[in-house]
Amino acid sequence: MAEFFQKFAEYFSLPMTYRALIVGVLIALCSSLFGVTLVLKRFSFIGDGLSHVAFGSMTVAAVVGLTDQMLLALPITVLCAVLLLKSGAKAKIKGDAAVAMLSVGALAIGYMLIFLFPPSSNFSADVCSTLFGSFSILTLTGTDVFLCVALSVICVLTFIIFYNRIFAITFDENFARATGTKADAYNLITAVIIAVVIVLAMKLVGSLLISALIVFPALSAMRVCKTFKSVTILATVISVSCAMLGIIVAIMAGTPVGPTIVVADLIVFSACVIIGAASGRKRV
Amino acid sequence: MAQISCRNLSCGYDNRAVIKDLSFTVNGGDYLVIMGENGAGKSTLVKTLLGLLKPIEGEAVFGDGLKKSEIGYLSQQTAVQRDFPASVGEVVLSGCLPRLGRRPFFGKAEKALMKKNLETMGLSGFEKRSYRFLSGGQQQRVLLARALCATDKILLLDEPVSGLDPNATEEMYALIERLNQNGTTIIMISHDITESLKYATHILRIGKEYFFGTKAEYLSAAHKAAYSNDGGKTNG
Repeated sequence: MAEFFQKFAEYFSLPMTYRALIVGVLIALCSSLFGVTLVLKRFSFIGDGLSHVAFGSMTVAAVVGLTDQMLLALPITVLCAVLLLKSGAKAKIKGDAAVAMLSVGALAIGYMLIFLFPPSSNFSADVCSTLFGSFSILTLTGTDVFLCVALSVICVLTFIIFYNRIFAITFDENFARATGTKADAYNLITAVIIAVVIVLAMKLVGSLLISALIVFPALSAMRVCKTFKSVTILATVISVSCAMLGIIVAIMAGTPVGPTIVVADLIVFSACVIIGAASGRKRV
Repeated sequence: MAQISCRNLSCGYDNRAVIKDLSFTVNGGDYLVIMGENGAGKSTLVKTLLGLLKPIEGEAVFGDGLKKSEIGYLSQQTAVQRDFPASVGEVVLSGCLPRLGRRPFFGKAEKALMKKNLETMGLSGFEKRSYRFLSGGQQQRVLLARALCATDKILLLDEPVSGLDPNATEEMYALIERLNQNGTTIIMISHDITESLKYATHILRIGKEYFFGTKAEYLSAAHKAAYSNDGGKTNG
């Protein structure tokens, strides 16, 4: 046991470890905040689609040889988010089908590119780390952390300031529109922020598992809580604690970071289902 | 001047008109019931009046001090809403959003208005209750309280009693009538002709047989139709 704590203390005195923790916690926070709205609006699949777009654009950036792949991935993902949310309302191809097309299309193009023009000799490790999150979470630089903190602050502030508008639009978009709320503008803001969060989260959990960060905390909280405010707060608490726990376990046990966080989320979700079912029986 | 006057209004989706050349007016204090068979374009008309759809031709003019965003709206409930995790207070408060202007958060005035409207709907003390565990009738009353927070000038109700049991239906009609007596203009989409005729002052019928007029005019027209040779059978 003493050995364990010694190892723990040793790891956590390293800057790379607490950088990973800071970034992990912030991403978990932002993704769960906006996850509640996405889940309630039945838009969960958009997170999945966008993450594949982010994967595709990351590989393009890698093949082209950009040093900072985010520079390309961020605008492309934001653009797709805006297009998807716009098409949700009135499109010839239905929203869910459009997402499915975009999602597998981006995945195929991404893999194809990285196969034809491998940016490094270790090709399969590259693919694997983009899909499932890399250990690069442990090689974050100071600039990465700064960028992440800045974007997270913007996300959280936006959410708090527009909280009441976001609630109204999530609950009943038509009513909000009819009484003069500019629903399109808020939908656009949501789309942009979701895209930013997804690109940030690529480093943490990889593109295949990002939806988990968005969907699980919201679904878990909805099982237990009754009001929108408490759902939002509990979702962020769950998300942040799972991310911290996941990162610590991953570092100590040497498991991959992304999947460890998602497994933690899954366990909490199961617990919430049980708690929700138990308290549901007592309800009059 | 009338609160709403529609002149030769055509509305629909993608430039295909569902309703053509519709004209009617709504004055302050009216109780207008809109009828029409399925597919006649009732929902399309509602969306156009609310400004969610642009009219293809003609216009809906708002007057008498009424702004476009001052129409309270009670929609048909969606599946998303039925199990939405929100308290009654949160739902009703969201109706106060137009009053916020540029402020981000609700203040005391909005909370007081929320409580007052819950009381009007016979739901005092419900604000902490969970919306999704209420009965259908209670949920409708919560949504009506929300609409009242947005405005008490004019309410547009889209099938407010669909899916309610007879008691809740009666209660709902009584509440709407009381609002109307207190000066709120009511526009209601309805399937239930006999019930609606009890309360309406004006009738608008869209679809194959267009009609717009007062209830008395509607009844005498229906009476005539019933006694003309075969009109009664085909049109009744």
